[in-house]
Amino acid sequence: MIHSPYIRKPASVQSVMLAVLLALLPGIAAYVWQVAEVVVVNLLIATVTALAAEALMLAARRRPIAPALSDLSAVVTAWLVVLCFPPILPWWVTVLGVLIAIVAVKHLYGGLGQNPFNPAMVAYCAMIVAFPSLMSQWPPAGQLDFQTQLDLVLGSARQLDAITGATALDAMRTGLRAGGASVETVLQQAGAFGAVGGRGWEWLPLGYLAGGLYLLARRIVTWHMPVAFLAALALISTVFWLADPAQFAPPWFHLATGGAMLAAFFIVTDPITGATTPRGKLIFAAGIAVIAYLIRVFGAFPEGIAFAVLLMNICVPVIDMKTQPPVFGHRGGRP
Amino acid sequence: MIARLFNFRGGVKPDSHKNESATTPILPVVLPPRLVIPLRQSARSAARCVVEVGQKVRKGERIGEGEGFLGTAVHASTSGTVAEIAPHPMAHASGLDTLSVVIEPDGVDEWIEHGPFDHRSVPRDAALKYLRDQGIVGMGGATFPTHVKLGSGRGIDTLVINGAECEPWITCDDRLMRERAAEILSGVAILRELIGAARVLVGIEDNKPEAITAMRDSAAKLSEPIEIVPVPTLYPAGGEKQLIRVLTGIEIAQGKLGIEFGVQCFNVGTAYAVHRAIRHGEPLVSRVVTLTGNVERPGNHEVLIGTPVDALLPLAGPKPGTDRYLMGGPMMGIALGDLSVPATKGSNCIIAASPALFPPPPPELPCIRCGSCARACPASLQPFELYWFSRAKNFGKAQEYHLFDCIECGCCAFVCPSHIPLVDYFRFSKSEIWAREREVTAADQARDRFEFRNFRQEREKEEKAARLAAKAAETRAKLSDTAESGDTATAAADEDPKKALIAAALARAKQQKAAIAESTAQASGDVSATSDARRDKAKLEGSDATS
Repeated sequence: MIHSPYIRKPASVQSVMLAVLLALLPGIAAYVWQVAEVVVVNLLIATVTALAAEALMLAARRRPIAPALSDLSAVVTAWLVVLCFPPILPWWVTVLGVLIAIVAVKHLYGGLGQNPFNPAMVAYCAMIVAFPSLMSQWPPAGQLDFQTQLDLVLGSARQLDAITGATALDAMRTGLRAGGASVETVLQQAGAFGAVGGRGWEWLPLGYLAGGLYLLARRIVTWHMPVAFLAALALISTVFWLADPAQFAPPWFHLATGGAMLAAFFIVTDPITGATTPRGKLIFAAGIAVIAYLIRVFGAFPEGIAFAVLLMNICVPVIDMKTQPPVFGHRGGRP
Repeated sequence: MIARLFNFRGGVKPDSHKNESATTPILPVVLPPRLVIPLRQSARSAARCVVEVGQKVRKGERIGEGEGFLGTAVHASTSGTVAEIAPHPMAHASGLDTLSVVIEPDGVDEWIEHGPFDHRSVPRDAALKYLRDQGIVGMGGATFPTHVKLGSGRGIDTLVINGAECEPWITCDDRLMRERAAEILSGVAILRELIGAARVLVGIEDNKPEAITAMRDSAAKLSEPIEIVPVPTLYPAGGEKQLIRVLTGIEIAQGKLGIEFGVQCFNVGTAYAVHRAIRHGEPLVSRVVTLTGNVERPGNHEVLIGTPVDALLPLAGPKPGTDRYLMGGPMMGIALGDLSVPATKGSNCIIAASPALFPPPPPELPCIRCGSCARACPASLQPFELYWFSRAKNFGKAQEYHLFDCIECGCCAFVCPSHIPLVDYFRFSKSEIWAREREVTAADQARDRFEFRNFRQEREKEEKAARLAAKAAETRAKLSDTAESGDTATAAADEDPKKALIAAALARAKQQKAAIAESTAQASGDVSATSDARRDKAKLEGSDATS
């Protein structure tokens, strides 16, 4: 027998995931237009891999396949994996990354809603540890024609040093560590930099920002995480930058480079692996920003968001437990 | 003065579907072929039957006497003959039968003698008793006795009148306010006098402009400090605690009463019933019920208390495709398993449901922790956490996360993108916890009984041993008695067995007396142990409610 309520809002997991995919489109458009058209091929490979892996795992776990496939959550995971991987990776690295995300991180933990770790971030961490050189090959924006990109992805010979350069974050890091250099000299020397971030690449954050604002307007995500993440990243980079402008890049550089904007609206905001209470969301997102900054500036990797996300994923249960909001009528008292 | 409005967190905006039934006037009573009047009008108390089968009753005649603190009287809704006094199914989620008086109407609808009651000329207690004897209870759905809510007449500063009617489809209060605003406000004035409040706030959702206008026009003619306040349309603004929050900013925690905060709340229907009772001397025998949904003629009807639902349905004409009927609104109402159940004092609406209007829920998907439910929860709970705990049957954690603050309004399940019937999980957890508490109490009692039994057996064994010893001594004495024949040496010893015999007899008598005394003590001890356990449990519940 069905009990009250007898009416439901026309909302579904599918519509939530579809909104996320739509919100990724401006960023993807900027990617195609400014950086590398081949990202579309990667998205296709990843989507097919994700759906196949999801179907196989559901079958192996004897779960109904159609409803889970049509919820589009696997596609969201696949797209996020592609967007945080370099675009000219051989196809099998993308496939491997997606398999790790879907099979190991999602289904081995019990499927949708059960995974404690962000699938795309685990995939990124696993791949950068397994294939550090491949995962560091970021092409300079708009300098390879589509055929070359396609050849690289589909596996013909690679002459990598000739075509790849350092990302803005990487160039800044190695530049500063060379000794005697300052932020200013590094920015002048390398060709990797644009107005605020990486040349060409800096259009992507604008696209992600646009998509993120759409998600906020649709109330798919709340303001807490993007604001806390970006504010904390801006704050910590400002503090270091003000303390020593020669050795630390300005805050806008950190906001516009790497995966900052993608993370702010699409990675950090993953509801399944993130904190859920309003205060918990602020702590969670700000924690990621601080750890990511520290890894970027002092750590062994140019980009630290993925590790930061996983570290904060571990903290989610305790954050949620300690930040339960007061219940109606109990405000001021013990929650 | 324009009151500052407050907001409560959460809430949802379902399609209101009020227009279907709100446009036509309230239609007069249609006598059903028989009335089934439950003596239990609320979960808390049942009335004692004061009529017999075959007895003639007139409309308004008392058929049930209120018993206990929460008891209220029950009346015949029309004149006729008592045909049966038997358990009958009632519209309640439990589906349990309740003792009911079945009346066959004579068609005359003849009232008992009645006239206005001057509540000002009698002591306050007498006025409250009068309301209790007129069967006045809350008409918003909970049917809590009004005289109890009126309390001591001290300490209430603000009287809140609930005309919010936030559930979709229901329009009985809307029509009542549009058509009988003056009578409602007359009842409000009486309630204000009885409760001693300084100000009255009537909250009406702003999707009922006609009702607001009608109530304002009527209020303007009175010198009473009654303020009609439109409140934003947001389900569940008509929840008592939510409305109090919106109008006064006061948050009343679960388990607390308005009186502790100087505020009390009554439904507009209750105010109208108070007016009928005091100004006309009419007990509560009818109410307005909305008949709507998949029907030909949606509208509002004056309905006699006890009218079976299947007698009401032809008034609205259910259309083909109706697959079930809901009593109450679509957010909190119950699906009727049996259409012979009667309309009671708390029945505000009957909805004919069809798959087109109320589609069956899509399959349940896993929770993605999106937090929509937490944002929608008017009690500021984290429903998805409660859901995880309920699924895991981790009831301790569920209580720690304030499961019992859940008012089962349905907002969480309404918004859930995974279509999880969250409220069902919470109802399950609550009933499991209640069942376990009962088990614990029962186990405590059993243990007490067992321990006492052991103690008693031990004691009886000792008593038996003492008796045997005494008897042995006696026998020894007798033996020495017969053996003795003039031996002076034993003459002195002869005295002793005799003494021992007498002493043993005395001891036996004493033991018997003690045993009787103890067995009565043990009986009363049992009782006090049980009541101790109950008190402990009540303490536990109390601390749960307030922690």
